[in-house]
Amino acid sequence: MNIQARLLAEPSDAFISDDIDVHHDTGSMTLLGFWIYLMSDCVLFAALFAGFAVLRNNTAGGPDAHELFSLPYVAVETACLLVSSFTYGMAMLAVERGRQSAVLAWLGVTLLLGLGFMGMELNEFGNLIHDGAGPDRSGFLSAFFTLVGTHGLHVASGMVWMLVLIAHVLRSGLTDANKTRLACLSLFWHFLDIVWIGVFTVVYLMGVA
Amino acid sequence: MFGKLTFDAIPLNEPVAMGGVAAMVFGGLAAASLITYFRLWGWLWKEWFTSVDHKKIGVMYVVLALVMLLRGFSDAIMMRTQQAMASTGGAGYLPPDHYDQVFTAHGVIMIFFMAMPFIIGLMNIVVPLQIGARDVAFPYLNNLSFWLTASGAVLINLSLALGEFARTGWLAYPPLSELQYSPGVGVDYYIWALQISGVGTLLAGVNFVTTILKMRTTGMGMMQMPVFTWTALCANMLIVAAFPILTVTLAMLALDRYLGMHFFTNEAGGNPMMYVNLIWAWGHPEVYILILPCFGIFSEVISTFSAKRLFGYKSMVYATVCITLLSFVVWLHHFFTMGSGANVNAFFGISTMIISIPTGVKIFNWLFTMYRGRVQFTTPVLWTIGFIITFTIGGMTGVLMAVPPADYVLHNSLFLIAHFHNAIIGGVVFGCMAGFTYWFPKALGFKLDERLGKVSFWCWFVGFYIAFMPLYVLGLMGMTRRLNHVDNPVWHVYLVVAMVGAFIIAIGIAAQIAQILLSIKNRVALADLTGDPWNGRTLEWAVSSPPPFYNFATEPVVTGRDAFWEMKEQGLLNEPLPAYRKIHMPKNTGTGVVVSAFITVLGFALIWHIWWLAIGGIATGILVAIIHSFNEDRDYYVPSDVVAQTEGKYFKQILARA
Amino acid sequence: MDDSREFAPALPSHGSHAHDDHADHGSVQSYLIGFFLSVVLTAIPFGLIMSGALPSGTAIPVCVGFGVVQMVVHLVYFLHMNAASSRSWNMAALVFTVVIVAMVVGGSLWVMGHLDANMMPGMNPKEY
Repeated sequence: MNIQARLLAEPSDAFISDDIDVHHDTGSMTLLGFWIYLMSDCVLFAALFAGFAVLRNNTAGGPDAHELFSLPYVAVETACLLVSSFTYGMAMLAVERGRQSAVLAWLGVTLLLGLGFMGMELNEFGNLIHDGAGPDRSGFLSAFFTLVGTHGLHVASGMVWMLVLIAHVLRSGLTDANKTRLACLSLFWHFLDIVWIGVFTVVYLMGVA
Repeated sequence: MFGKLTFDAIPLNEPVAMGGVAAMVFGGLAAASLITYFRLWGWLWKEWFTSVDHKKIGVMYVVLALVMLLRGFSDAIMMRTQQAMASTGGAGYLPPDHYDQVFTAHGVIMIFFMAMPFIIGLMNIVVPLQIGARDVAFPYLNNLSFWLTASGAVLINLSLALGEFARTGWLAYPPLSELQYSPGVGVDYYIWALQISGVGTLLAGVNFVTTILKMRTTGMGMMQMPVFTWTALCANMLIVAAFPILTVTLAMLALDRYLGMHFFTNEAGGNPMMYVNLIWAWGHPEVYILILPCFGIFSEVISTFSAKRLFGYKSMVYATVCITLLSFVVWLHHFFTMGSGANVNAFFGISTMIISIPTGVKIFNWLFTMYRGRVQFTTPVLWTIGFIITFTIGGMTGVLMAVPPADYVLHNSLFLIAHFHNAIIGGVVFGCMAGFTYWFPKALGFKLDERLGKVSFWCWFVGFYIAFMPLYVLGLMGMTRRLNHVDNPVWHVYLVVAMVGAFIIAIGIAAQIAQILLSIKNRVALADLTGDPWNGRTLEWAVSSPPPFYNFATEPVVTGRDAFWEMKEQGLLNEPLPAYRKIHMPKNTGTGVVVSAFITVLGFALIWHIWWLAIGGIATGILVAIIHSFNEDRDYYVPSDVVAQTEGKYFKQILARA
Repeated sequence: MDDSREFAPALPSHGSHAHDDHADHGSVQSYLIGFFLSVVLTAIPFGLIMSGALPSGTAIPVCVGFGVVQMVVHLVYFLHMNAASSRSWNMAALVFTVVIVAMVVGGSLWVMGHLDANMMPGMNPKEY
């Protein structure tokens, strides 16, 4: 049968709707695209981890992991981030149920926990620099500050993004576009927690062991 | 206030550099004057710069590539003439510190600002059409990717006029690229140009992978995709997987230079060898990013002009996927001599030899496609046959150097230079030229002049062999790369021959420029009225040339490979529909241009240590991007009668021709 | 990697379902399970190292093992990767990335280890 005739005779759902952008399921497409970006971020962190692994013993006569890292401190940081993953999960459940004020509340809690994490990390960095163990002291410290710092920069970016999304939700409510954005941020936030597992294992636990 | 920037930055005392600056300024002013005279600025902004249409973005990428080809090639001519002149004890005309910048710029420009944009441009123009889609998955990001790449190109070109460029070679190995041995701004230009354009490239990678996976038309499963789309998919997967490594490595170098860190320094626990390892872990996949789409181009060209289905579609796909994966286990062959020992060298030597096998499969598939086909020796076919011969030789010399003991003799000699130019020119450049000629009518609506096309091919082909075969001999005789001057009368002869070859290629490039100009002049006579000038096989030929901005009025339904060929065979030729539906399209946006402008300011400020400007640049860029997210006026509907009118015009054209 | 909906008409656009293909979205229960599992999988390695109960040669691989398991817990309970996502491109992309990461990181450690042994001052080059 002539292809045009076929199309006219049995219009599939795609041709009934206004726009025949068949692949207009932009939500899942955006999520896939963001996921692929996250995969590239995975490789980024892998390269940083590789660099850290190579330089971990290059202390150049300066302080090493044993002297510098406090595991209880890192445990609290880890708790902040882990709980924040949970609270973001609660935010996403609220998104699904369309409960805007709950979404904003859970996002707010997540932000606070993120601030806690960042505050602790900046404090740790500040102390290290103050004690002469800054990133310019040795290859080991360069790698440490860069790996952990890059993770921190991602967390900070996520928090800025969160603020922007709160503004979006306040402005337009839980539209499809905002739901997709919140879903992307959710992927991002959980991904950062996964990277942190790598950080506390490879940098802190293995460093102090 | 202005960091390190002073009037001394302008290289007034370097005549050669000032010559280059003059050429650039003159060229830029000429272009700007013409645009102003014809009052085209508004049109350029509305129709091109702010376009989110993949076809327009693709054309802009190719234009960028062609312009940068001229700059990269003038670097090549300069090097060949310098070496020809300075190989019998003289000093030549290019002092070493300038010569070093020339060979560095040559490599950086050719790889990052010629080959990559050319390939990404062709993928932009063709892939959405081949899969029956309206555009890529993220059209705004696509626009941003282009402008970020352009931003990097601007910085590189600026380095000629303000300051200097890196003197380290195109990969900027430390410790030479560290602050201690490269205290100037050259390496910083290098770092920021590549970091900025690298973000653009990464975003393009994400965009195309998503597009190909999610936006294929009805009936086009993965194994029904055209081979060029398959190779584009794999190349973009490689971009996503490899570019972050480049980002990290250059960032580490930047941290060493800006914040006194010790990733790659000689002292305080740095490890320069780690740079070499990481940069090549990116660098090897990079060359596959360049060549895979070219393999795809050759597949399309050969099957179209043999009027025959591509031989061995499945094995082509498997070979491409194998190459994609294997490209991540060969990178050490770039530094066999750095000292990792026999076991490590043996592993990577063997893996390097293995990766040549899938490429061999492809070559045989192309040959079998031509066999018993009705081959038309058009310009794209000439480029393809030229590729098959040239790339095979280049591949063989590569496999020769994959043997570590042989590489110990040949590493960093002119043999190496000959090998990779053999592969890159024979593979990537010839592929881009073939694709350019093949898809030019689709993109712009008229064919390129065939005679000048053949002239330029023969000049490139003959010129290439005359330029590079002597380099193989020189390498075997012991001449190393990047030599500013040397005193060896035997070598001198070969270097002069090589220079002649470079000039023959120059004639080829001149012929291409003439070809483009002549074709524009004769565009009515050369017009492609049906959209199918070559009796093509894939969906991009099923629409007019150039395609309507929405690509397809109705979604094509595909039932197998070579979808358009099947439609023609079954007599399902395009007919006007009684009615059309309205079409949902994205609006143009200036955000990409604006954000990239501020990122360029950021790059410039970082290079010259103008910290307040850097902070301003990045903050504003981010702000603009955030504000853009609040813009809900992003799309519109094309009314169905506009669609009907556009389609109607196209059918009239076909009927008129018939 | 054939597309499972090869010859089926494309899906209509669903305005309201922003994340059709994204499988399920979890529940309070699954988030809680994931959370508590993660707490346990974090506490044990921290405890092991802080108490020094195991010699570092054993403790380290154990901690790495716990880390890997916790990453999987996050993927399953927070990112909702499950059997359904194996039909989606997300899982394929993840597998591809993990393979690449393993090759690049593993390969780099192997290469750098040999380079450091052979080329850094004061060391004895490996015989191989």
